[in-house]
Parts: sequence; C-alpha cells; structure tokens
Amino acid sequence: MSRMLAPKLALARAAGTVSRLLADRRFRGLLADRQFLRLPIGGGGGTSLPGKLLVRMDQGAISSLAARLARGSALISATNGKTTTAALAASVIERAGIGLVHNQAGANMAGGIASTLLDAARSHGRIAGELGLFEVDEFWLDRLIPQLAPSAIVLGNLFRDQLDRYGELDAIADRWGAALGSEAGKRARLVCNADDPLLADLGRDGRDTVFFGIEDDSLSLPGLSHAADAKHCRRCGAPYEFEAVYLGHLGRYRCPACGQRRPSPTVHAGEVELEGVRRARFLLTTPEGSARVQLALPGVYNVYNALAAAALAITLEIPLATIVDGLQATSAAFGRAETVSIAGRETRILLIKNPAGANEVLRTLALEPGQHDLLGVLNDRTADGHDVSWIWDADFELLAGRVRRAVCSGTRAPELALRLKYAGVQRERIEVVEDLTGALDTAIAGGDSHEPLYALPTYTAMLALRELLVRRGEASSSWQ
Amino acid sequence: MSPGHNHTLRVCALYPDLMNIYADRGNLLVLERRCVWRGIGFELCGSSLGEELDGAGHDFYYIGGGQDRDQRLCAEDLHEHKHEALHEAARRGAVVLGVCGGYQLLGTSYVLDGDTLTGVGLLPARTVREPGARLIGNVAIDLALDDPGVDGPRVLAGFENHGGRTYLEPSATPLGRVLKGHGNDGRSGYEGARAGNVIGTYLHGPLLPKNAWFADWLIATALGIGVGELAPLDDELEQQAHRSARRAAGIAA
Repeated sequence: MSRMLAPKLALARAAGTVSRLLADRRFRGLLADRQFLRLPIGGGGGTSLPGKLLVRMDQGAISSLAARLARGSALISATNGKTTTAALAASVIERAGIGLVHNQAGANMAGGIASTLLDAARSHGRIAGELGLFEVDEFWLDRLIPQLAPSAIVLGNLFRDQLDRYGELDAIADRWGAALGSEAGKRARLVCNADDPLLADLGRDGRDTVFFGIEDDSLSLPGLSHAADAKHCRRCGAPYEFEAVYLGHLGRYRCPACGQRRPSPTVHAGEVELEGVRRARFLLTTPEGSARVQLALPGVYNVYNALAAAALAITLEIPLATIVDGLQATSAAFGRAETVSIAGRETRILLIKNPAGANEVLRTLALEPGQHDLLGVLNDRTADGHDVSWIWDADFELLAGRVRRAVCSGTRAPELALRLKYAGVQRERIEVVEDLTGALDTAIAGGDSHEPLYALPTYTAMLALRELLVRRGEASSSWQ
Repeated sequence: MSPGHNHTLRVCALYPDLMNIYADRGNLLVLERRCVWRGIGFELCGSSLGEELDGAGHDFYYIGGGQDRDQRLCAEDLHEHKHEALHEAARRGAVVLGVCGGYQLLGTSYVLDGDTLTGVGLLPARTVREPGARLIGNVAIDLALDDPGVDGPRVLAGFENHGGRTYLEPSATPLGRVLKGHGNDGRSGYEGARAGNVIGTYLHGPLLPKNAWFADWLIATALGIGVGELAPLDDELEQQAHRSARRAAGIAA
C-alpha cells in the first residue's frame, strides 16, 4: 500500500507547490484570469488543494496516513470553538512532549485533513508526529471517523449554524450518534460537554465518556435565550428544566418526564471571573486535582474551550501542572479576540458567525465599560452561509446605548446596519461602507481614536480583513 | 398627528419557543418597532404547547419555522388547542402569517416520512416531503396586492430552505410569482398562498426586515386601515437592505 501511496504523495505535494506559486501575488499579474485554471486559489482554499487531490487519487489515503500515527488521532468537533479548542489542546499536548500532526490552519474537512497528513508524511511509511490533532467540520465528522479511526473524540457544542449548509441540529446529532456507534466510533474515547443536552445524550450510551462542564451558579443567565436550541429532551420530547443556563442552551438541566439529567462532569470550572474582552480566570477541577487557570482568552465560551482541551489532556494522562501551563500560554487565534494595531489604533477582531457565537462575543464586549466603536462585516459567501437571517437571532440589543459609531461593511452590509438600527442603535451612529478597504479606513479614522476599535467580521470577512492587513504590512504573514 | 395614534396592534406569536428557527424574532421586532415609531401601540403575547388561543383578542397571528420534531408537536397541538381560534381569527379578518414551517401547518396537510400531519386548513395547500434536495437559496417574488395604497406589483426578497413541496389546490391564490428561486414546489413558478388575510410563504431571511413595505401593509391590514394612512418613516436603511436582499437573489431593484 505505502509503495503505491508514495508517488501519489509526491504528485499531490507538487500540486500544492504549484498552487502556492500561483497564489503568490507576484505571479498573479501573469495570470489575469485565475478562474481559467479552475483552482481554488486564495481565500483560504489553497490549504486543502493537495489533500483534495490526494484523496481523489487514493480514497484510502487518509486511513493509510492516519494509521502511521503511533498514538492515533484526537478529533475535535463543535459548532463554535473548534479552532481555539484545538489550539489550547495543542499547547498542552506539545508541552507534554507529544509530537502533533495538527490542522492548525483550520482547514477542517477531508481535503484539509488530508493535506495536513500529507505535509507530515515521510518516506518508508513514517510520519512526523505521534498523535493527530484534528479539528473537524460538524458535517464531516461522521465521514472522517471511519477513515481516521480516532483514539479520542471531543464534542464541544451544537448550535444552530448555517442552516442552509448544515441542516437542522437534530439531524447533525443523529449523524454523530450513528458515527459514534459504528465500529471505529466505539473504539474512541469520548470527551463530551455535559452542559449541552444534545451531546450529553450521545455520550451516555454505556461508554466511558469524560464529561466536562461549568459548576458556577454566579454565571447563570436569567433564562434560555430566545434563540436557544435543544430545549427538548432528545429521548422523550418533553421540555428540559434548567437550574442554570451558562450560554445558549448550555447549562444544568433535567428532563421532568423521563428523568434524564445532566451527567456530572469530572472536569469542571468553578469560581469563574470574566474580565471583558481580555481574559478569564477559573478554578479547574479534574480527577487529578484542582488548580487556578488564567486564560489569555475572554468569555464563558473560552472557559468551555479550555475545559474541552483539559478533558482531552486528562485522557492522555498529561499532568495537571502541564495542562495549566499549556492553557495559560495560549493566545487568541487570528480573529478570535485577537488584538492588532492598525495605523496606530488598537483593534480587536472578534469573529461572529452564528447566533450563539455572536451572542457570546456581544456579551463579552458588553462587559467592557463605556461607548464602543465598531466595524461589522457581514458576508454571505459559502463559508459564511448564504442565509444571513441569523443576525436577527443574535442579541445586538446588548449594544444598544453602547455604540459611539458603527461602520457596516461586507456583501450584505445594509442588512447588518438595519439589524443595528432595530436593536436600538441610533440611526445617525450607523454608517454603511460596502467596500472593506474603505470601511476599515473610515472605522479607524472615526470615533474615539484613543479607544479600541472592535471589528466583528463573519468568517470570509475575517479572511479578507487578514489579507488586507497583511498587504498593508500591519500584520505578519505568518497568519497565512 | 398620524391616524395611527388611535390604534394598538395586538400580536400573538404561536410557539415562539419552538417555531423560531429562521430568526423569526426579526419579523416580530420589525412589527414592533414600526408601530412604536409611529406612536401605534404594540402588544405581543405568545401561545405555545398546551395553551389555549384567543381567536378574538389579537389582530395579527404569527407562526414561524421549526425543526421536524418540533413541527410535529405543533401540528398536534394546533389541532387540539388552536384550530377553532385560528378559524375564528381568519373569519373576522385578522392577519394570520405563516412562514416556512408555519406556512406548511396553515395548509390542509403535510406528509412527512410516511406520516400525515393534519394542517389548520386555512390555506388550500398540501405539502409533501419528497425525496430530492431541499429547496434552498435566495429568492425574489412578485406580488400584486388589491390595496389602493400599494401601487402595482411589488417584490418580496428573502431566503428559502424547505424539504417539503407545497401544492396549491386549483381554488388557491398564490402569494406571488417566482422571479428567482424555487418557490412552493420548485416547478409551478408560484410562491406562497393567500386566502383573505391569511398568508403563507417560504420566504424568511427574516421576511419583514428585508421587505419593510410589506411589514407596513400587514400592519395596516391588521389594523383595518389603508397603508397610506400610516405615518411615513425614514426608511433609507430599510430600502438599502431590501435592495441588498434583491441583489443577492439576482433581481436588481
């Protein structure tokens, strides 16, 4: 098999090199019409090209390459927080001296994972790393479980997201359930969010699941958000009763009809303190003991990401002190509450892509005192979801009375502007500048230049913003 | 002083906790703000599973979209607790607006995975979940309203995402003609259905923020006044948003 595989690996690598060359802007001028080549160049698509080609040449390539990993693979899937959870886990695991093969660029479908494996593959059936650490798109998880035969699977959360692409939540949960029940799925150690009723239900089926969750009533919200999903018992259909709601539909719940209740998490966070968009602190409790953690990442959502990473590390028998060090050393991934300086102005980039994620960003932003200058960028490309309805499920009302100036940009800029108006932001504080370059200049120059600018882009808008900043020399190209 | 001062729009949202999947809350928010900005009173209440519905007490009944499982629960509940009240509301000319799953439930039946859900029967339309891809994408439709305040045909823009195909009975009036997108069944060229002030459509996005003119027509109709009697608002952003949604569907304004 590996003798057959070697030439295909070489060919796919060569294709990757060619595509990188073509993506280089020095070559772009030579190729006026890139469409002609029909290559997914630029816009973040280039990362997965060699992998896609490899899988096309050999459908078993992912299986063959993943089988070379001595400690198997750990998969991380969730609607929100996949990239950050994987970054936290990588920081911990590498600190423990375990070599990783990790799709850190965030290309999380089959092509991206195949590309990552291809990069790590060495001659004579070897691979540069012991453990695969892969964030996996929700829609691809069930197809990748049989191919990667993972040693661990981390399930973070399921929220409504891009209904035009992913379909209904129940359908995704059912697909995950079937994949976990398959031969390959049963062999994996499951790490599961106890606070998400849909996921906890998947983790209960007589397996040795490591549950994680929050234990801190002081964080509890007044009730379920209007956009909360999974309000009804997956087993019997009765509405859950929530004793505490921490985020969306995540919390401490029980079903009054069939008695199904939240499993007790063995890895949990208590005494959570949130410091606006800057950081979060909590007391991490594990079967190996408790320790204080100071995350350089903000918000309840990142406490969940850290718990998921810690729980995965526990299954790998990594010592608690190493876990704490690894979590604390992780800084924000691009666009996930990262701070950059643009023309001398501090700018914080906070990715928003679905109601649950946006609500956490807005809630975290609302913790910062005073009036805010915003740059909102709403795109409707495939990776964002063509359906932009979700902005009406996000609680922009949290910013009413808190906006000094909001510049709205992107392919659906006026619809974001309208959302802010109906959320209670005064009309005269809202400006529509569809072109991103113009919008960024307007936003940077406007408002109060001594205060930070908060950029809230959707996924492809974040990539466009990144490209724009790299081109201007405001940001390092290592982001690419 | 606008004539609206004497009015209050009383809205009842059906199953707001379940039938809300496509940001249906946006539709309710637009109704609320556009009333409040004009000095028209606004009252919103909800009626969910197991709760009775007052067929006389509201001017506007709204039902949005939901997941299959929730839609089944609502179909049973509509039949048991709300059927008569909705018919009473329709008889006295209240607006009943169903979007997506809500539209399907206002029809006569919905055949889903071998089961037949009984609809409210306010619209002469039946829906069948058929094999084949869901009908998904930006959509624009053209509709004619018999209202002197609305001049000529007007366009609604939105997004559709439905597995069910809806077939209108010969007696039914579609809401509009498809300019771009799939519409009721992907073939007939029609979208939605209308019987008096009962309206069903697959357009979400949500519908009313993208089509403020239609929100106003619904408000006026529910209050029993002409749309020309509503005080004008500064709708510059609303019009930009409408153009943006039309552009996404490929129908330039």
